[in-house]
Order: sequence, then structure tokens, then C-alpha cells
Amino acid sequence: MKKAMIAVGLALIIAGSAKFLLWPDDDIGPPAPPSSLSQEHLVARGAYLSRAGDCMACHTTRGGVPYAGGRALQTPFGQVISPNITADRETGIGNWTADDFWRALHNGKSKDGRLLYPAFPYTNYTKVRREDSDALYAYFQSLPPHTQANLPHALRFPYNQQIALAAWRALYFKPAVYQPLAGQSMEWNRGAYLVQGLGHCSACHSSRTTLGGSNDGLSGGLIPVLGWYAPSLTSDAEAGLGDWETDHIVQLLKTGVSPRATVFGPMAEVVRLSLQHMDEPDVRAMAIYLKSLPGPAQPVKPAPRDNSEAALAQLTAGAKLYESHCASCHQADGKGLPPGYPPLAGNRALTTTSAVNAIRIVLNGGFAPGTAGNPRPYGMPPFGPVLDDREVAAVVTYLRASWGNDAPAVSALEVNKYRSVPLE
Amino acid sequence: MRFNVSRFSIFLGSIAALLSGWVMAAPATLPDNLEQRIKACTACHARQEGQDAFFPRIAGKPAGYLYNQLINFRDGRRQYPMMTYMVEHLPDAYLREIAEYFAEQHPTPPPAQPSNASAAVLARGKQLLQQGDSSKKIPACITCHGAQLAGVAPAIPGLLGLPRDYINAQFGAWKNGVRRAQAPDCMAQIAERLSNEDVGALSAWLGTQVASATTLPATSIALPLPMHCGSVPGSTAEVAP
Repeated sequence: MKKAMIAVGLALIIAGSAKFLLWPDDDIGPPAPPSSLSQEHLVARGAYLSRAGDCMACHTTRGGVPYAGGRALQTPFGQVISPNITADRETGIGNWTADDFWRALHNGKSKDGRLLYPAFPYTNYTKVRREDSDALYAYFQSLPPHTQANLPHALRFPYNQQIALAAWRALYFKPAVYQPLAGQSMEWNRGAYLVQGLGHCSACHSSRTTLGGSNDGLSGGLIPVLGWYAPSLTSDAEAGLGDWETDHIVQLLKTGVSPRATVFGPMAEVVRLSLQHMDEPDVRAMAIYLKSLPGPAQPVKPAPRDNSEAALAQLTAGAKLYESHCASCHQADGKGLPPGYPPLAGNRALTTTSAVNAIRIVLNGGFAPGTAGNPRPYGMPPFGPVLDDREVAAVVTYLRASWGNDAPAVSALEVNKYRSVPLE
Repeated sequence: MRFNVSRFSIFLGSIAALLSGWVMAAPATLPDNLEQRIKACTACHARQEGQDAFFPRIAGKPAGYLYNQLINFRDGRRQYPMMTYMVEHLPDAYLREIAEYFAEQHPTPPPAQPSNASAAVLARGKQLLQQGDSSKKIPACITCHGAQLAGVAPAIPGLLGLPRDYINAQFGAWKNGVRRAQAPDCMAQIAERLSNEDVGALSAWLGTQVASATTLPATSIALPLPMHCGSVPGSTAEVAP
């Protein structure tokens, strides 16, 4: 009898601590300061912030009603389907209060208390201040209600279990609003607030654990399933901005092109839907913050050159292909004709350890995003239909080894891997 | 495989020397014209069009039709991943400018595609094109696509000079709901009424015809159309008998 009582007691203690550890109480946060904005201005502020958060990108299907949800986000754990966030009372968030909205944004929980999947990047959005959350809420409530029922996620076991999510949150999530860093300028702090919070840059530009936890370090990461590499924003060997002029960073983020580089792949969508719509001072603040990020303590040593006959033959083949297919735009000296055609000499998109981005651009070509600052971008033809895997490997290897670029060779096998990766 | 600076440098140097001839010839400034901006389009649509089912002839088609297709790719009503990838981040005004550019191009039409279809099949194809099939409520193609099948500006495409396989593939896509136009989607309804044999017959007959180099899309069409077509300006629910 006594043993049984001890067992029951122990079970209660374990269950209690599990509840405490896995389902901690919400962080209610400071009460919202009374807003000095009129409703109209609050909605306009929320509209602007929704651009900063790029909410539309996930909460809208291709050609669908804005913010009505339904887009399938591909993750290594299955599909997460974005919900309807229009003001529809039945299928959207029309019956949510500002507190419910704050709970989702800051604590990652739905109105009914259900834990939300971090494909909704509340690990970033938790840094958003209450008054900005309220402005966003006012904006979404102002959207025309659109009736469109939410579709269930298609996640595999055990990722579809709330207890698994609770454990994940215990490991990787702690709700906390951004705290300005004393000793840094207001501009720097504004940039940090936007980059770490609504901008959710780390959602792509950080590596993830096998459980999908982000290290939030902006040190670069392969975007799962989509098959693009989001380069490190801290290392100058990748997309680190330490030696960039601030004006060029602002130009890149706001227009999609710059004298140093052009955005492509998933970042083109971010510029088109989000960054180009932001005020210049905010983009500048983000640029200043990003530029200040310290690089890794030890710079990566370039791999020793492969001087074998086969390697040199691949480079010769690559040089010939470059001459016939690439040089008329990117120039023989690799300096390009920016901002129309980006330089390849010194372009970090080409020389990251993973050559995936260079391979995919050669295979698929593409346009920079059309923006207010660059409404008629120059395009690059896809070479997938005209070059075979060995040829693509040769030309990418050549790009990675010329004009001062110093990155290892690429094999036809690596190229082949990306022929079948979906483009969207 | 030991790191050998001198050998590698000499090698890169010799490549540079090899290429120096065309370094001089390369343009120093970027041409600011649409032709240069849309090399990504013409890489496939100029070289291979007329022969390859994946890269159909787009030159000389009415600008409104081409614009609608670009928007359809961008918004998911047509499915070809490479096209969607190309256009998804481009603004409407730029897509319209691109459409107008291609509408102005009039290269030599491709030759006829020999067909080994039987005379009866070709006759059925010709009948569908020119008379339709009232028993299946299929209007004659020429009613909308023009007596010369050269299309009608702004939004109805010409039908000649397209690869047979492309036409077959489009009807398949309409039947499966993979290709759509602005609702009401009249071509989807017509595709549904056509049997696979009908589609084969009309694509075979179309392939045997050669487009005229001088015939441009018609500039007007008699309204009402036999069907209500959401992408054709002026078309309404009131249809011709």
C-alpha cells in the first residue's frame, strides 16, 4: 500500500514537472501602452509592419486571396498549411481579440491554447513589442473577411503530436520582447529589432538542428526541401556585409540589385513582397545592424587546389563554356555589368562551401525581382535545357576558381541532384 | 595533388590569354533595351520555337493573349515550373511590355508538320476547325480564332505554327484542369466536349497547315461569341446561337 502511494506520488510529481516544463504559463508581457494613433493610422502602421514581417508570403497561395492562407510550407517533418488570417469570423481570425493575437505572436499559441508550429516564426515574432502586435492586429481585422476553411497540416508522426511540440518549445523557445542594447545607437537597435523580430531573417539564414531548432546566429543554412542555401550574414566569406558600403546593402535590400550582388531564389520573394515596401530609414537600420555583426572567430581556410590533369581539364572546359554562354553578359573579366548583370568576381553567392545556389542559377536562370527601384530587371536564361550535368559542373567550377574566387570544384553528380528539385 | 601555386597560376594565365581575343570585343556598356533584358525568354522561345512542344511559338500572337498567359503562369492557372519561376517576381507593367514585344515579332512561320493520319481523321479535324460539331455543342474554331486562324486582338491566339504535341498537351491540360483561364473558361468547356480522337484529328490537321507570314491577327471580332469567355474583352453571358 505504501509502495503504491509512493508510486502515485512520484507519477504526480513527474506529471506536474512535465506540465511545468512543457506547458509553462504564457508570458503576458507588459500591458499595451495606450495608443496615440487613430484607428486609421493604427491600421496603416499594421499594414506596414505586416510587410516587414512578410506575412503575405506564407498566408497567401499563388493567385489566391491575400492573407486567406492555404499555402503549404514544406518542412523536413511534412507540410504545414498556413491558416486564414483575414477578418472572417468562422474561418479567419475575425473573432480574435488583441490579446489572442499577442498570444499567437508572442507565445506561439492559438486562441484555443493549441501550440503553434514554429513554421510560423514566433521564435522571432516573440521579440515584437506589444504596440506593434496591436497595430498588426488592427490591420488584419481591417481586411475584408474571406471565408476559406483552414486545411489540416500534413505532418508525420511524432511531429504531429502536441506533446512533441511542447518538448520542442522547451528546448528552443523562450518568449521575450526585444530589449535594446545599451551602448548601441537607436538606429542599430531599430535594425536589430527588425532583423531579429518581424524580419525573421534567421528563419532561413541560420543552420538548424535535426529537430528543426534554429541557432538564430545568422551564420547561414541550407533551406530544407527548397534546396537553396541562405548564406551566412556574419561571415565575410559568404554574404557577410562587413566590407560592404551601407548604401549598397540598402540598395540590394530595397531594389534587389546592387553593384556587388543581385538577390535570387527565395530572397527575391522577400525583396518583392517585403523589403522593397519598407521605409528607407528602416532598411538602412537593418543594413547597419547586419554590417556590424561579428564574423566567425576563425576564417575558413580555402581548400588546397586540385592540380590533377582531370581537374585542369574540367577548368579548361568550363572556361570555354563561359566564353560561349556567359561572357557576353558577365564579361570575360567576371566583373559583369552591374546592376543589370552582377559581377561574378568576388561574388560570395558563388563561393560558399555548398555550391547549390550557383548550380541552380545556371540550371534555372531567372530574373531579379521587379521592384519600384528596378521595375524592368534583366534576366538570365536557364541553361538546364542546353548544358548537360558535366558541362554545368565545369562552368560552375570555373566560376568558383576564377578572378580571385577560390572555392572547390563541383561534380556532375552534385549538379544532377538539383535538376529535380522543385522550383517552387 | 599537392598544392602547386605556379602550375595553377600559369594555367589560369593561359586561359586568360586564350580568351583575350574576345575580351576586346565585349561590350563595355549594357544595352538598355527590352531585347537585352529578356534574353531569358528568347533563349528558349526564339531558338527552338516551332519545333519543340515545350517551347511553343509565341511571336506574333496578340499581346493581350500573351499577357494573360504570363499572369496565368504567375498565378498558378497554368503549370510549367520554369515559366512560373521566371515570371513570378515581375510586375504587371513589365509583363505587359514583354507581351507587347513578342506580339510585334513576325519571324518566318515554321514549315508544316507531315502527318500520317488517315484522310478521314484529317477531314474530321478540318470539319471541327471550320464547321464545329453542333451535335456536341462545339463551335467552329474559326468563329473565334479568325477565318485565317491567325487569332484576334487583343486576347484570342492564332492556332497555326504550333507543334502538334503542344496542342495535344494543352487539350490534355484543360481536360485535367491543369490549364485554366479567367472564368468562365470557355476553352475548358470545349476541351471537355472534345473526345481524345477529336483532339488528335484537329491537331493533325492544324499541323498540316502553314501560317502565312503576312497575315496578322484580326483586329475585331463579331460579338457575341458562341461561348462566354472570361479572358476576351466584350464577351458576356449573352452568346451567339
